Amino acid sequence: MQITMTVNGAEVTRQVEDRMLLVHFLRDVLGLTGTHWGCDTSNCGTCVVWLDGEPVKSCTVLAAMAGGHEVRTVEGLADGAELDPVQKGFMQCHGLQCGFCTPGMMMTARALLDRNPDPTEQEIREAISGQICRCTGYATIVRSVRWAAVNS
Amino acid sequence: MTTTAHRVEPENNDHKPLGHGRMLRKEDPRFVRGRGRYVDDVQLPGMLHLAILRSPVAHARIVSIDVTAAQASPGVRAVVTGEALGEQGLAWMPTLSGDVQAVLATDKVRFQGQEVAFVVADDRYAARDALELIDVEYDMLDPVIDARTALAPEAPVIRDDLDGKSDNHCFDWETGDAEATERVFAAADVVVSQDIVYPRVHPAPMETCGAVADFDPVEGKLRLWSTTQAPHAHRTLYAMVAGLPEHKIQVISPDIGGGFGNKVPIYPGYVCAIVGSIVTGKPVKWMEDRSENLISTGFARDYVMRGEIAATRDGKILAIRTNVLADHGAFNGTAAPVKYPAGFFGVFTGSYDLQAAYCKMTAVYTNKAPGGVAYACSFRITEAVYLVERIVDCLAYRLEMDPAQLRLKNLLRPEQFPYTTRTGWVYDSGNYEPTMRLAMEIAGYEELRREQAEKRERGELMGIGIAFFTEAVGAGPRKDMDILGLGMADGCELRVHPTGKAVVRLSVQTQGQGHETTFAQIVAEEIGIPPDDIDVLHGDTDNTPFGLGTYGSRSTPVSGAAAALVARKVRDKARIIASGMLEVSVADLEWRKGAFHVKGDPGRSVTIQDVAMRAHGAGDLPDGIEGGLEAQICYNPSNLTYPHGAYICVVDVDPGTAQVKVRRFIAVDDCGTRINPMIIEGQVHGGLTDGVGMALMEMIAFDPDGNCLGASLMDYLIPTALEVPDWETGFTVTPSPHHPIGAKGVGESATVGSPPAIVNAVVDALKPFGVSHADMPLTPSRVWDAMRGAARPPI
Repeated sequence: MQITMTVNGAEVTRQVEDRMLLVHFLRDVLGLTGTHWGCDTSNCGTCVVWLDGEPVKSCTVLAAMAGGHEVRTVEGLADGAELDPVQKGFMQCHGLQCGFCTPGMMMTARALLDRNPDPTEQEIREAISGQICRCTGYATIVRSVRWAAVNS
Repeated sequence: MTTTAHRVEPENNDHKPLGHGRMLRKEDPRFVRGRGRYVDDVQLPGMLHLAILRSPVAHARIVSIDVTAAQASPGVRAVVTGEALGEQGLAWMPTLSGDVQAVLATDKVRFQGQEVAFVVADDRYAARDALELIDVEYDMLDPVIDARTALAPEAPVIRDDLDGKSDNHCFDWETGDAEATERVFAAADVVVSQDIVYPRVHPAPMETCGAVADFDPVEGKLRLWSTTQAPHAHRTLYAMVAGLPEHKIQVISPDIGGGFGNKVPIYPGYVCAIVGSIVTGKPVKWMEDRSENLISTGFARDYVMRGEIAATRDGKILAIRTNVLADHGAFNGTAAPVKYPAGFFGVFTGSYDLQAAYCKMTAVYTNKAPGGVAYACSFRITEAVYLVERIVDCLAYRLEMDPAQLRLKNLLRPEQFPYTTRTGWVYDSGNYEPTMRLAMEIAGYEELRREQAEKRERGELMGIGIAFFTEAVGAGPRKDMDILGLGMADGCELRVHPTGKAVVRLSVQTQGQGHETTFAQIVAEEIGIPPDDIDVLHGDTDNTPFGLGTYGSRSTPVSGAAAALVARKVRDKARIIASGMLEVSVADLEWRKGAFHVKGDPGRSVTIQDVAMRAHGAGDLPDGIEGGLEAQICYNPSNLTYPHGAYICVVDVDPGTAQVKVRRFIAVDDCGTRINPMIIEGQVHGGLTDGVGMALMEMIAFDPDGNCLGASLMDYLIPTALEVPDWETGFTVTPSPHHPIGAKGVGESATVGSPPAIVNAVVDALKPFGVSHADMPLTPSRVWDAMRGAARPPI
């Protein structure tokens, strides 16, 4: 089937199989490989992108379901050359190591801060609780999001 | 020996050190933009996709495989079975332990999830479709699931592929002095014995294993992008398996989404991708899904141990003895140095001065996936430290002594180093008491004990657990340590460009540990070129020096030493060139970071950048000096490094639900010289989270038919941000005397040290119930059972 959606502000139209997952559409069809695929049971959250401003696990959305909607990925997080405060916060506070969970974590963090510009540590932990990180032990991710809140 | 103690507070990371110190990571700018390049990001023209058909059962003969329908499926380019591979001599491959492992099953399947056939198709969806169309007829055999029954006379023989094999015995191993240990035990006031299980768990890196193989028949060259922690060792193994010469194999390990030991072994999927590319003449990508990763790739632990400790009545520890049953799965795929089939389990004597020690181990085959050494174990030190720290707590329980005081009474003293253990390990350095005291100070230990006493009065369950560990990392001296004949040395190459920028090439391979940053810092510290001017390359076997890769926390001990020494080698040459430039003798030069100064004439100096330009440029060089400014070395460590740490965990247990909450965790680590404190802190945080997972949540279990019960993230539970506390860390500094910059490894310390601290805390919380031991994972149901006096082993 043919689908049209807006990805990071640009309209894209492609022919896809009905069953194609959004994560594979973004990665394999559009070449936006910042979004990752870490599990097959929708637990890990490495594939989190925005669908009409809401963080979703793109492994659990069909590409066809995103047709007519607006998708934002990690590649669309920076405003041109200027990094989002969340991206700066992850670098400043060592909120990433291997970098595999990072795009999903940052998309969730940005969505949190858009709704709650001054979240507590517990609110941050709850916001990212649908996402697994194997490297950081989360404390520096929490600090990264706090840094972004303070420096926004 | 001087040891200084520090408590870590979050700091501003903004400044740029000219060498060691807190420094932001050079890796991050690409990762935060989604511009990392991991294996599944690799797209090549004409690339096909490979999917693997896996066994649904644990043990069965293969009667027949019908691939007719799969071959006719749309988009399918090839379907390959074990029989077809066998005709090329590729159905079996060597493991890192010198055993063999089936690439695709030929005669029978030996674990659920084992590779049976593969499909190459135009895209990943078509490849998966075709798997459904392969018809395999199995003749079921009884499986061996419980290691404790594997050697029973009636147990079915799993490895009937091995000549004359009539049982499931894998190997025996022992260390220490059995008779001397027996004598000490016989004379001891107190002997405590405890059965202790370290259950099977899985490293589960967020990125699973995968590869892109691209065989060019014209060049006769194979390029392989793969998730490997040891690209050079893999290249050599592929040469041995596939018969391709090494100079025609280029292994590229790009950005790796975490390894944790999972990406050390060679998996059948890699070999299938290579075969798939050779068969189709196209690049072929294989990327496993999470279930495949959990069910078929290298597990960790699975040691069933009996620990025994002998002591005097007043708490002087005299001897430790242990008997271990090791479950290695269907093929012995353990990644360990050849002479160490049980890894470095011999360090089970821990941080204590014993009169005697002895271990006897038997390893067996079972119908489970191969593995054993993974998940930050430092070659079985997780198991060794868990055993000793748990059994010391059992002794404290028996003697009714405070576990902190018992440890303080028995810790090795600084004047005993270098210390040779009763099992022959030579600990390089250690000053243990200040480390322990600092952890107790950060924790407010005495206050915690008072709080606990008050809570016990009220019926609340609070536990305080301690672990003091000594690690052994940095394998290792080539006279003793090799993997399949490859000595465990590591290379490093440094080239300084004409304008004073530099490139360092490593034989090790980061999977998130920050090597691109810290190796630039090591070189910067030695040669005075700012870290930002130094690029660190790794993971490409055509363009990096040979070495054994990153695991066992060996990067800093081995490759880090190589980086420091190669920088000194370049600096020595630079000094001669500088002497020519300044027209003084070498002895008249003084090195201050970044420049050579004429002694007594501070106005006359040349920077390392000036020297680099002279080395490449116009003007004569001193006699006998070649142009250019570069060097390469291969470092053979004289010993391992032995970092240590003191960990204290505070838990609350809900008496109604038996849910354990880790309220605080204090970790004080000593890894000698600290190259980048920010990165060490992150390594420690990650390892502590592993510990929470293993102690409380994670387990790869099996039902009696051999069905894997932990084969997805629905069942294999990994801590999220809600299950872990904000970590409290501190450090002491006791340098390694034999390491060029005094640095020890540290990456695995927290994974090694934290599980016993957490379990000790939970058992401490359950003391009012008379509980003296409970096995991991301490899930609510298992804690509930323990509270009711019905604790059971997890397998």
